[in-house]
Parts: sequence; C-alpha cells; structure tokens
Amino acid sequence: MTGGLLSPPSVWRLKPFVYRLEGLRCDSCGHFHPLNRFVCRKCGSKKLVRDRLPERGRLVHFTVVTQAQHGFEHVTPFIAGLVQMDDGTYLVGQMTDCDPENLTPGTVVEAVVRRLRADGDSRLIAYGIKFRPVI
Amino acid sequence: MPTVRDAAIQGYGCYFPRYRLRGEELARFWGKGGSELPVKEKAVAGLDEDTVTMAVEAARYAIRRAGVDPSAISAVHVGTESKPYAVKPSGTLVAEMLGLSRNTTSADFEFACKAGTEALQMVTALVEAGRIEYGLAIGADTAQGRPGDALEYTAASGAAAILVGRNSPNAVAKIEYAVSFVTDTPDFWRRSYERYPMHASRFTGEPAYFHHTISALKTLMQENGYRAEDIDYFVFHQPNVKFPLTVAKVLNIPLSKVTPGIVSDVLGNTYAACSMLGLAKVLDEARPGQRILMTSYGSGAGSDSFVITVCDGIEEKRNRAPTFTTLLNRRREIDYSTYLRYRDKIRV
Amino acid sequence: MRAFLLGGVLTKVDEHWDKTLPNLMAEAGLKSLEAAGLSTVDAVYTANVYGEVLQEQANLASILAEELGLKGVMASRVEAGGVSGLSAIQSAVAAVNAGLAKAALVVGAEKLSDVTTEEMTSLATMEERVEYVGMLGVSQLAEAALLYKEYMKRHMVKQEDVAYFTVLSHEHASTAAHAQYPFKVSLESVLKSPYVAEPLHRLETTAPADGAAALIVASEELARRLDAPKCLLTGLGFANDLITPFDREDPLEMRSITYAGLRALEMAGRKRTDVDFAEIHDTYSIMAPLTLEALGLAERGTACILARKGYFSLSGELPVNTFGGLKGRGNPVGASSIYAVVESMLQLTKNAGKNQVDGAEVGLVQSMAGLGAFAGVAVLEAVR
Repeated sequence: MTGGLLSPPSVWRLKPFVYRLEGLRCDSCGHFHPLNRFVCRKCGSKKLVRDRLPERGRLVHFTVVTQAQHGFEHVTPFIAGLVQMDDGTYLVGQMTDCDPENLTPGTVVEAVVRRLRADGDSRLIAYGIKFRPVI
Repeated sequence: MPTVRDAAIQGYGCYFPRYRLRGEELARFWGKGGSELPVKEKAVAGLDEDTVTMAVEAARYAIRRAGVDPSAISAVHVGTESKPYAVKPSGTLVAEMLGLSRNTTSADFEFACKAGTEALQMVTALVEAGRIEYGLAIGADTAQGRPGDALEYTAASGAAAILVGRNSPNAVAKIEYAVSFVTDTPDFWRRSYERYPMHASRFTGEPAYFHHTISALKTLMQENGYRAEDIDYFVFHQPNVKFPLTVAKVLNIPLSKVTPGIVSDVLGNTYAACSMLGLAKVLDEARPGQRILMTSYGSGAGSDSFVITVCDGIEEKRNRAPTFTTLLNRRREIDYSTYLRYRDKIRV
Repeated sequence: MRAFLLGGVLTKVDEHWDKTLPNLMAEAGLKSLEAAGLSTVDAVYTANVYGEVLQEQANLASILAEELGLKGVMASRVEAGGVSGLSAIQSAVAAVNAGLAKAALVVGAEKLSDVTTEEMTSLATMEERVEYVGMLGVSQLAEAALLYKEYMKRHMVKQEDVAYFTVLSHEHASTAAHAQYPFKVSLESVLKSPYVAEPLHRLETTAPADGAAALIVASEELARRLDAPKCLLTGLGFANDLITPFDREDPLEMRSITYAGLRALEMAGRKRTDVDFAEIHDTYSIMAPLTLEALGLAERGTACILARKGYFSLSGELPVNTFGGLKGRGNPVGASSIYAVVESMLQLTKNAGKNQVDGAEVGLVQSMAGLGAFAGVAVLEAVR
C-alpha cells in the first residue's frame, strides 16, 4: 500500500527538520516547533518564522533500549536520549557512536545525520539526526 | 595539462568511523597466520553510517575550517564506489543535509579509488572558470571486501572533503598544478549486479598502481621542473602500506617525506577517500610555504596528481575542526562477527 | 450532569484466535443488551484505536450494528488513543442527555493478538508525533523510560518502589476471572525480567491481547424501568496537553490528568476525599505514581512509598486498579477505559466478588492517551 511515514512524499516533507533541525519559531514567545504548523502550541500566536536549532546541546537523560519498535529490530540495542539544545529547546532522539558507560547527564552532544531506517533493499533510506558526544 | 590559474583549498575535513577491525582478528577468523598483514587494522562503518553520512561529516568539518556559509557553496561532487543508491545522486543528499545553495551543480563520480580526486579536478576547474565561488570535492567509501578475500584485510570506510575557492591570503593551500593519467587497465572491477569486486593478482601492481602513479607524478614534476628536493610531502593512494613506500624507493624519494601521509596502516584502504585522507593528515602538520604533492590511484585505471603550496591560512583554520589524529584516537575495536553484522554481510 | 449506566460486560483479555474483531464487539454488545434487559438501542458507539491499521477495517460501529441485527440506528467509531472508551461514553452520554437517544450501547474492543512486540511498540508510538519522535527512532516506550529516570532523580525514589506497582496490579488481578494475567508476581521477578528500555523491565509494561467490554447508557426514565443493576455517571472531564512530554514546561506534571480530574470531580460535586477507589491507566509502571500524584490522590513523589505501605491495596485506604488495571487485567487499548468503567460498575453494584471494595460508593476512572497527551476522568457513583 502507498502512504506511510517512509513514502517518498513523507520523507521529502520531513527533510528540513530531520536533516538540518529547521522548524518554526514563535515570534511572540520563542517556542520552537519541529514540524510545519500554523499556530504556536505554547501561546497560540500565529506569527511563526522559519528558524534552525543550534547543532549542539547537553544530554539530560538517556536509556538503553532493548525492546525495538518495528523497523529498528536490526539496530537494537540502541540508546535513546533527551537533549537540551543550546537554545533551551528539548529534543528526543537516538544517540550514536557512544557507549552508555561514557554518557552522563551534562555530556555535550552534537546533532549528526545518520541512516535512521532503510526500508528493505529496494525502498527509500530515511536519513535524519542522531546525537553524538562532541569529538 | 596547464597550470591551475586560480583555485585554493579553503577548507578540508576528514571523517572515519570509530570502529576498528584488526588484521590479526581477520587472520584468526580465516585461520591464517597473523604475520604478514597488509595493514594493522581498518575502519568499519557503523550500522547507521554510509557513504552519504560520512561525506556529510567530512564536508561539515571542511566548511567549518573554511568559515563560509554553506549557502555560498554551489557545487558538490561525491566520488565513491559505494553509493547508497545506484541511481539517486549522493551529492543531492549531501547538499540538502549541509544546506548548500539550491543552484548547485552536482553529480556522483566513479573512478574506483581516485573518484575523490576526480571530484577535486572538477571542482577546481569550476572555480577557475569562474562558474562557482566555492565547491566541495568529497571522496567517501564504505568499501566492501569479499569475505575471505585478500582485499578484506584492507577494504575500509572513510571520507575526506576539500572545499575549493579562489586564491586568498587566508587560504589553507594554493592548488598549483594538476595532471591526470588514464588508461584502460583491468586490474580491479565490479559488474553491475555483483556485490563484491573482482581483481587480478600481481597484475594489480606494476602495470596498474605503479605505472599510473609514477606516470602521473613524473609528468607533473617534469612539466614543471620539480625535483624531489622541491617537495616537502609526498602523499600517495595507499591500498596497503608497502605500495606507496615502494614508489618512494623507485623514485628516490626520502621516506621521511612519505610516512607523514601514510594513513592506511591504521585505517585500511578507504578507497576514494584514501589519498585525500593522507593529504588531510599532512595538512594537520604542514607549515605555510611547504609544498605537498598528492598522487591518487584508481583502478580501471588512472592517477591524478596535484601540487599544492600551503598558505598562511592553515595555522588558524586547522584547529577549527577535529584533526586526523583526534579522530584516530576515537577507536572501538570490534570482532569479526560484529563486522559481519555492521557491514550487512550475512545474507541468505 | 447525570447519566445512568447499566449492562456492564467484560470479555476475558486473551488471545481469541477464533474471533474476528466484529465477533468480539458483537459478543460483548449482545451480552450487554441482555444484561440490561433491552432488545435494541438507538445509538451504537465503538471505542477502538487500531482496527483500521490491523484489521484494515473502517466503519466499525456500523459493522457492530449490523452484527447486532440493528437497523436505522446512529453508529460511530470513537478514537482518542487510550481515552477512546471514555470519549465514546461521552458521546453516548451527550446523545442520551440531549434526547437524541433513549439508550446508547458503547462497546470498546481491540484485537492485537497476532501483533509482535516490536509492532506493538510502534503501534503505541502512533499516539505520539510520529513525524518527529517516530521518525527519529524514539518509541513511546523509550520516552516512558526517560520520564522514569527524571522521576527517580527528582523525587529520589528507588527503581524497585516504582516497579512495585506491577506487584500491586497482579495482586488484584489474581482474583479477577477476566484478567489477562490472573496470578501474582513477586517484586523480585519483576526486577529480574529483562529490560525493555532501562530502567523499565518487561514486567513493568503491558502485552498485546484481544478484549471487548460493553455497557449501555440509558435515559433516567428508561433506566429506572429496567431491573438490571445500574450506577450513575456524575462527572466527566477531559483535557489535552502538548503531545511530547518533553515539550511541556514540566514533563512530570501531567497537567492533562490534573485538569481532567478537577473538572470531573467539580461536575460531580465531589471532593478527592470522597473517592473510595480509583481505576487508572497504567500503560507503564511509572505512569501509576505520575497519575496518582497528578490526580492529587498522593503528594508528589510519595505514591510509591504509599503503595508499598499497602495504601492502594484492596484493603487499603484508597484501592487502586481493583481488578489489576492495565498491567494485570490487560490493555486492549481502545477498550481499556470501558473495562475500567465496567469494573467500577461491578464495585458500585456490589458485584465485584473477591475484589469487592467494602462500602464503595464513589469511584474514579482515569485514562490517558500517549504519555499525558490527553486524559479523561469519569466519576461514578452507586445509585441509592
């Protein structure tokens, strides 16, 4: 069946955020939104402007995930993290290139683009950001 | 080939994964003695890495060193023989991930291990012609070695990126001369639907690697009246450690000018990234005024040779991004079974 | 606001291989009609979340109507994640109280039996912003684990104290015939079960199964004419919040649950201290203390200690999840809050058997979608 999160139009629409952390910032209250929308979810203002999150942040919490969701069976275990970007925005994402032993709340991390999912051998590869301790 | 009129390296970057597979571990698995290993260990891409992701990492560092806005870059050529898509240009993915100008010229290059330096030839020419202000030349590969084959010891993953712009006082290095030498030589190839390449045996030496490397290098040096004394660093493509050192011996080049640019002993053969990674390592230590001669080799076959002169900008730009050695120290050893999993070699 | 509820029916939460989703819905619906003493209703509501995805079947309420042999009735499927049941009840109550229906049947049903654990993890994540967290490879399960870590850090609570809620759930489920897991578990076995996303252990999460529960909302006039045991719905409150917990000012606050609870109690004219028992939506063990504290049934950071002291057991001051809740009785997602409401009806009509809470007059049912993205609370009372 066509459609779905990994269909060509869907992968194409999500690029600005998942590639470059671009989204919409509320001109009134400063809250950042990852996806296209019309109204600020914090203050209700309709004045939203294109903006981009900083590349770096600090790790707040992380967890080693051993129960994968569908599509991620072959990359388990992986680490999921809560990161506060340098502008104060909180993001969740996967961690990469690190081991749980070397992570701690406060670790400085940067967003890097990695393969998120390859939908089989013939369908699209979904790329997007993961977080990695700064080299 | 004429002198390069006006093009310089404004930024350079390298990236390779943190995973390492030791030659001894490969030998152990295949029941071979671990005595004569072509390289000590090789870098292996992680589960979430591929040519595109590594190209982006290297390019990011090149852009950071150059200190230019990505939107000012209007060419990106990725040279690779391990494109994630056989049809769908890696360059466009890289361009969007980096936020380059929409008016960017891009196509992926294939010329085995010299695809990256071919990209450099193209991007240099575009800058010289005044068609673009800045362009990215990237060599990146997740080389696949056939399990049990001799090349499995060396086929590695890595990426190197060079941001080319016009000459300026704060450039990293001026590109002085560039030459190519190309023949139809069947030393190493991969047919369209095959997973792994085929290669000749000792034929890959003299008529292939050595003939083209030495021919390109000699042409460039003779055309411009250089002697070995005039060059401070010689960087070669390195399918193993022995080959570049043999070239040095044959041409009476002091080994001390070659060893700083040797990377494959600790990384393996990163294919299209290889010689450019050697260049990056040299740029991490070279001083303004010094001359570097880089000669790549790609099977099929051909060599590109460049002379670059290090400029004043190197001192300031070098430390804006992780050096080769910093990345090298990011190291995590894996065993053969993990390597099979990471490189998706278990197929039924 | 008052609404009369009767004909409460529960199907054992299990893997009903031989029953289709329409079968499950119809069986519960027929039993409900029979229990209520009715042959027909004016409206049929189905609470279901994954029918369109897993059974590739839309239009579920009309299908239920056909299966029940009804014609000319109003039929609608209601979906609000884990709150689907309460939302369906809201639709039924609104219809009856507006005079659009004299009796409305509400059936919650879900068929998850052949779903793999990986698929279930993805299905749960459909309640989150899939284009963001789903795309970046973070499941609802992983987010719950991150909340768990924040909770333990902020309130200095030990892992085993949070995990104790699983023990409590199973304690209550062990005497419930319709429960998915009608047996006790020790804290040791919970802590020894493998991690799913540390610190969450497998036994601190729910497993997919089939289920169906039903009830009828009837007008006062009709309800009083029928002999069937009945109880009153006196308060109903709903509230939404930002979907991703970490987008909210305080991810642990669970404002949606607090507001829903306050509205429901206010509507019912009741205080928290009037509540004799509570059914809460414990999708993950950590949601139990977060929910109880958000409802004001425990001070922030204290719910786990209270649980270990027996405060929330059947014989305690405030019994919680009297038949095992989502963990012990089961979580057939769209049906779960219907199960909770029917279980409350059993309590309030003194039909709870071994799980009976003595003197149960006022019950509170809470359910939630996502991790506090949306919450519903119902206050139910015994008919005097």
